[in-house]
Amino acid sequence: MINKKVTNAAEALTGVKDKMTLMVGGFGLSGIPENSIAELVKLNVKELTCISNNAGVDDFGLGLLLQKKQIKKMISSYVGENAEFERQMLSGELEVELIPQGTLAERCRAAQSGIPAFYTPAGYGTEVAIGKETREFNKKMYVLEHAFKADFAVVKAWKGDEAGNLIFKGTARNFNPNMCGAAKITIAEVEELLPVGSLDPNQIHIPGIFIQRIFQGVNYEKRIEQRTIRKR
Amino acid sequence: MALDKNGIAKRIAKEVKNGYYVNLGIGIPTLVANFVRDDIEVEFQSENGVLGMGPFPFEGEEDPDLINAGKQTITTLPGASFFDSAMSFSMIRGQHVHLTILGAMEVAENGDIANWKIPGYMVKGMGGAMDLVASAENIIVAMTHTNKKGESKLLKRCSLPLTGVACVKKIVTDLAVIEVTNEGFKLLERAPGVSVDTIKNATEGHLIIEGDIPEMIL
Repeated sequence: MINKKVTNAAEALTGVKDKMTLMVGGFGLSGIPENSIAELVKLNVKELTCISNNAGVDDFGLGLLLQKKQIKKMISSYVGENAEFERQMLSGELEVELIPQGTLAERCRAAQSGIPAFYTPAGYGTEVAIGKETREFNKKMYVLEHAFKADFAVVKAWKGDEAGNLIFKGTARNFNPNMCGAAKITIAEVEELLPVGSLDPNQIHIPGIFIQRIFQGVNYEKRIEQRTIRKR
Repeated sequence: MALDKNGIAKRIAKEVKNGYYVNLGIGIPTLVANFVRDDIEVEFQSENGVLGMGPFPFEGEEDPDLINAGKQTITTLPGASFFDSAMSFSMIRGQHVHLTILGAMEVAENGDIANWKIPGYMVKGMGGAMDLVASAENIIVAMTHTNKKGESKLLKRCSLPLTGVACVKKIVTDLAVIEVTNEGFKLLERAPGVSVDTIKNATEGHLIIEGDIPEMIL
């Protein structure tokens, strides 16, 4: 067993510096690496480029980094529900690249898989395709999109073991598995870190080979963005 | 009389067939799930990574690890599955999802759709809409026939930035059911009590009217 365990977020984030590109897992506030984000705030690293489907809300998720103006550029598919984000974007302080959600996921997976670029139909004929190579296959037009290049990927899983094997829960899975191994170093924080041998190899979603550092997270808040219920 | 949101959703629900995997967009499309016949087998996909979505949870049973693409808390039905975002869009781009229902700000008579950006306003992003419209074999748009200013949303050409080109197959509005054909918008059905002239006046693009146009059966 190759042991990937580190003690906490501070140790896991060793080497994160100003101007780096970070991939951050999660969809909305579901499955975000809460401990790592809190540590990034503490580290006060600046001018980050963040690749993440959303940008959190004003006082949680990546919104915490935005409040402290630590992010120079966001690469996302949807960034609503965040007033500070809107302010920084409209004032030009924050650079924003909006890309189709499937393209965002596939650019992560391409980086994870050693595929430099791929063709997708998403965005053909729209402003997303401007300046990009297009090509016809089987009488349909496609746009060439490139794999991301990132310094760190920071993901959140439900359970993990010291070898870095991961299991996700529900829709908190989302972009997290696609970001594992898609950057130079992948950090996984988990709700439950177990000794090797505790997890059934049949149930592993992401093998530890994609993970460099894993730690047991603490005090998960798991906020709900849109609490929607039905009557009994 | 023009339909309300639930009326539009009710009419679209009739397009959902047995054995379909369906992706519902945010807004009116979400309501469609409430009107699908319960004697057919349908599974709803949400692009954040779930197939087999069920209704909203009862109070106290909300799970932050279980949400839909609108970030609302949901439940799952027996037979449901979870998957990552890349696999989710493999389902979508790979045309494994049979039907996509989404809202729009404008649709053009050639099937172009605009639903993500208004220049001069805060742009929130396209989310999964561009992937969905570029790939789905069957796309139904749910929207009002005109905007708040009373201007037609069924146009010769879209004026807003596009989400996808020549992709919309059918449009269900508060006034009509319209098929997008090579020749333009073809009027299929009228909302109960709405005249053909009303629909014609509310449609800027080329509207094809052939024979008697029946009223929708809701």
